[in-house]
Amino acid sequence: MTMASVRPEEQEAAAATPEYEKAANRAASRRGLLLSLPAYAYLVLFFAVPLGIVMIYSFATRNRFGGTDLSGWNLEAYRKLGEPIVRDILFRSLWLAILTTLICLAVSYPFAYFMATRSPLVRNVMLVFVMIPFWTNFLVRNYAWRVLLGNDGLFTNITEAIGLGERELLFTTSAVVIGLVYGSLPFMVLPLYASIERIDLSLVEASRDLYASGFQTFRRILFPLSMPGVIAGSILVFVPSLGAYVTPEILGGAKTTLLGSYIVTQFLTARNWPVGASLSFVLMAVMLVATVVYFRTGGRNL
Amino acid sequence: MSDQVAAVKLAAITKRFGSVVAVDNVDLEIADGEFFALLGPSGCGKTTTLRMIAGLELPTEGSLKIFGDEAGTLPPNKRPVNTVFQDYALFPHMTVEVNVAFGLKMQRVPKVEIADRVREAISLVRLEGLEQRRSQQLSGGQRQRVALARALVNRPKVLLLDEPLGALDLKLRQEMQGELKALQREVGITFVFVTHDQEEALTMADRIGVLNEGELLQVGTPAEIYEHPVNRFVANFIGQTNLLDATVVSNDTVCLANGAHIPGKSDLGVGARVAVCLRPERAEMQRPDEVPADHQSVVGRLESVTYLGNALVYTVVLDWARLEVRRENQPGGYRPYVGDEVAVSWTLDAISVVRA
Repeated sequence: MTMASVRPEEQEAAAATPEYEKAANRAASRRGLLLSLPAYAYLVLFFAVPLGIVMIYSFATRNRFGGTDLSGWNLEAYRKLGEPIVRDILFRSLWLAILTTLICLAVSYPFAYFMATRSPLVRNVMLVFVMIPFWTNFLVRNYAWRVLLGNDGLFTNITEAIGLGERELLFTTSAVVIGLVYGSLPFMVLPLYASIERIDLSLVEASRDLYASGFQTFRRILFPLSMPGVIAGSILVFVPSLGAYVTPEILGGAKTTLLGSYIVTQFLTARNWPVGASLSFVLMAVMLVATVVYFRTGGRNL
Repeated sequence: MSDQVAAVKLAAITKRFGSVVAVDNVDLEIADGEFFALLGPSGCGKTTTLRMIAGLELPTEGSLKIFGDEAGTLPPNKRPVNTVFQDYALFPHMTVEVNVAFGLKMQRVPKVEIADRVREAISLVRLEGLEQRRSQQLSGGQRQRVALARALVNRPKVLLLDEPLGALDLKLRQEMQGELKALQREVGITFVFVTHDQEEALTMADRIGVLNEGELLQVGTPAEIYEHPVNRFVANFIGQTNLLDATVVSNDTVCLANGAHIPGKSDLGVGARVAVCLRPERAEMQRPDEVPADHQSVVGRLESVTYLGNALVYTVVLDWARLEVRRENQPGGYRPYVGDEVAVSWTLDAISVVRA
């Protein structure tokens, strides 16, 4: 249709519509901006600004009196991270976080699958069971583990009863892993449950019908399809475990220093703010990478 | 046929879910190479029966044999049968090609052979060119073909189909009915399919088993089932029908509800409550004074005429029943008006006497 054949008033209407829409869109985005302003202000004030301060400190130098010289920026604090002591702590923390994540995954998957395949009523009851520990203070729960794992605790009694002798777990790396696994289990169960629940179970039947064994069905169908939940859960467990402070402090004692404790020590005891700041930054970089991996892989596949 | 081993043989198969009896003491033999339909309303146990053959449910009681081998408790991956699922259950994270190859890969067939057989199966269902698509990128009809190829590529001894055409629209469904039938002839495999659509069953199946409330009511060819239904339910479920309440007077006479004695063969015993089944297309219609001598008839008033294009359906109301008469739309002949007194008549061979 050529413009000549359109009547003048129609032309006007056609021209007016986009103009009006543009104005409406502009108003909508202005409103959106206004509504999100408090959140933005909060983030800038309490997150971006402190982050900037930490960054500045990470390039600064510690002076002789435990203070910090902001003049003369350098990479000294980052260079310090390459030293064996710090490097060992970094690797130990990484290893424990990975171990915690893998154990959580192994424990949670069967549970989440079981939960996802029950009737709605049973599912809800099980969900509540997963949540119940949250009703108790995190610190209290960690001290409870101290009792369970400690001298003459439940664990020792069991090992003694089955003839393994008196074994004490408290203040070992195992105690830290147990505590971390315990604390992060719900963060693995819930995303796994959500993604397994969405899988059409007739796919499992189809796989069995097509000569796959139970294990093959898990490996080829169930696990790949629940990948978004696996990745989400892993990150939700891995990231906090990497920087964990409370659990290693309470259950690990002083023998196995982890990143979180080391950073605290740098800031409070050693009064070496630049090293504490640079370590915090490296930690954040690792978490950022993990999160990017999550968004890159989590969105695909389904 | 009796000396051959049945493809599937159910003997006294019962399946209970808690206190609910889904399948009740069913005996059934399906012959090798047959296209068999399990037909019934939803909840009649037909899908449960199919799932027991597939191994997705285990029977509570009874024996299930596939080509003579007891299979009642074998897991699905140990049975020489494959299923086309109702919603196809295609693996969403795999391409068409990988979906089709899945069963062969699980059976550890050599890679070269897998490639050949997958190609063959994909061309059998005419999906060439779509090998690399994922199921989300396919239309309903295409998905159905992938599901078929994925099952047939394994060369199962029996192919099970759960409402295979249920998710398709009418036009595609009719097209696929013909294709499925042709495909079955081509591959020569026993097909057992479940449907609630009697027309689909009549069109495609060699034999039909009608189920209701877990009971297998009748097994027979489409013609047997349509023309000699065993009871009121089957007569009603398969096609349109008029059912006139009656009582058996002797083995060749029944008494209609209006007191008239008419000829009607039955072996159900004197006094049995029955129904006379008169299909609308077998009923005839005349002026009350023009009924031929060899016809039985009832007289009523014409209540309505439904125009179907190729046919007309007349609804005639009696004071004790209501009858439908279907006439081909041909020029000439008797064309009564609504409100006219008409006689609905039939010959002895047009009716069957069924259990009420």
